[in-house]
Amino acid sequence: MSVPIDLSALPSARVAASGRRGTSLLIHAAVFIVGLVVICAALGPAIAPGSPDTQRLLVGDALPSAEFWAGTDLLGRDVLSRTIVGARTALVGPIIVAAGAFAIATLLGLLAGYLGGLVDTVVMRWVDFMFALPGPLVAIVVVGVVGGGYWTAVAVLVALFVPADTRIVRSAVLAQRPLPYIEAARTLGISKARILFVHILPNVLPIVCAYVVLDFAFALVNLAGLSFLGLGVQPGTADWGRMLFENRNILFSNPVALLLPALMIILTAGSINLIGDWVYERFSAQ
Amino acid sequence: MSRGGLIRYFLRRFAMAVPLLLIISFGVFALIHAAPGDPVRALLGTRPARPETIAAIRERFNLDDPFLVQYGKWLWRVLHGDLGRAIRGDQLITRAIGDRLGLTIYLTLYSTAIILGLGIALGAMAAFRRGSRLDRIVVMLGVFGVSSPSFVTGIFLLYFFGVVLGLFPTFGAGHGFLDRAWHLTLPALALALSVMAIVVKITRASVIEELGKDYVAFGRARGLGSARIIFAYLLRNALIPVVTAAGLVIVGVVAGAIYVEVTFALPGLGSLIVDAVQNRDIPMIQGTTLFLSAFVIVVHLLIDIVYVLIDPRIRYGRVEA
Repeated sequence: MSVPIDLSALPSARVAASGRRGTSLLIHAAVFIVGLVVICAALGPAIAPGSPDTQRLLVGDALPSAEFWAGTDLLGRDVLSRTIVGARTALVGPIIVAAGAFAIATLLGLLAGYLGGLVDTVVMRWVDFMFALPGPLVAIVVVGVVGGGYWTAVAVLVALFVPADTRIVRSAVLAQRPLPYIEAARTLGISKARILFVHILPNVLPIVCAYVVLDFAFALVNLAGLSFLGLGVQPGTADWGRMLFENRNILFSNPVALLLPALMIILTAGSINLIGDWVYERFSAQ
Repeated sequence: MSRGGLIRYFLRRFAMAVPLLLIISFGVFALIHAAPGDPVRALLGTRPARPETIAAIRERFNLDDPFLVQYGKWLWRVLHGDLGRAIRGDQLITRAIGDRLGLTIYLTLYSTAIILGLGIALGAMAAFRRGSRLDRIVVMLGVFGVSSPSFVTGIFLLYFFGVVLGLFPTFGAGHGFLDRAWHLTLPALALALSVMAIVVKITRASVIEELGKDYVAFGRARGLGSARIIFAYLLRNALIPVVTAAGLVIVGVVAGAIYVEVTFALPGLGSLIVDAVQNRDIPMIQGTTLFLSAFVIVVHLLIDIVYVLIDPRIRYGRVEA
């Protein structure tokens, strides 16, 4: 079995997982972890053992204890509660980024792929331009200078994610265009808009969905990164990236305050990536 | 393809990089006006708003001119190597970049060596023993490597190798070549891991594909040794997709270096940018951003040229493809 390498798909270039054994177990574990994070995001403060924002300056940065299972940070706030509540900003932003990039990229990709000509040229030149930019640097500078924190970060990430997705949608559309059913639809005099959205769109959606899942994981990591630099969420917000920023100097006194949110970022993003790969394989096997 | 065609290709590729640099420089210049509020206030920083200071700022940044004239004058100075002075500390920005550049270059080269060396070795080994335990572990690490940003990996490395085991220093950049290598091992590794995952994936997929090709079976049938087949024939073909991904590796490493330098508190170019952004030191942000973007674009250009030179199939007539 050969695996095509599609560079336009990077950084989500994938390889079919080898060995069926263990794959389903991993998927179950991944779904379990994502499920847990979703529950934390939805219920947050209700299931946290304590208040995430209560400061105990006399306690300070203490190691895990019977009272605080993951210890406390410099201001004496409960690390476990902050991690649980932090699931919310870890999910909400990436969902908006993935959905926004998906909507815009689908529209641009459909138009560029089906209409061709000038529209295609303009869209693809813009895509090439965006690819030449060092994306993470652009995000840091724009969010830092413009301000606005979390929501600016979300908007910038949408703009940075659209080009890669547009390329994928466009190539999927190009694969559909010469097929007999499209030709038939055109011969019947069906309008362009109807062909695009009623006939082509449903056929390219599955492949795009797999990439949306991967966008989500990537957005999570990027938003956490901006918060880690102190640029994302507002100061004081319980957020995994922000916790890494605020607790970076207490690695010696309470390492859990850093390791727990760091672990949550890797586990959540990794699980979502696994699920995305699995979805992609399912669709491409059909 | 003829020599003339090759030169035409290089010229065209070069002609594409110039407008790109111009657009980026325009975006970078526009940052002065993108900051919320009056640009004078943004450029004033924490200095007292004395009339003569304000007048000096208006003069220095040509704020009384129309926007495009401001840009033109700014670009003219930049082209002459004058990036201006930082708001904080009044330091020459070119000097600040020069002071920090060495460390960032050391870190990124060290990391690139790990990415290419370890990444290709792991990917190829996984492909040769496809389906084995080693392969599954490598694939798993790949999935989590892609999902682990360098600042998160860095924190884990810092904790386990620096704090728990005490094998590596937890701060400082070291003096002299060897001491610096020792100090930068954990940062370089943190920087390498997430980008390496991509190289491992591509190498593995590409080697698997090449292993199934006729020339490998033919070589075996002719009695060539495995080492000869692998190193003389297979890897040369299998690594072409890896070279194609070089641009991605460069952007990954340069962008990752920003985060790694902050994580390990290293005084490099990346932490210079982040400090400037956190302090809203606009001239410093402009200078460093422009420098790093130009660097990335030039490297992209070089990679494209090298790529054409090393792959005979492209050299002989397939450049248009």
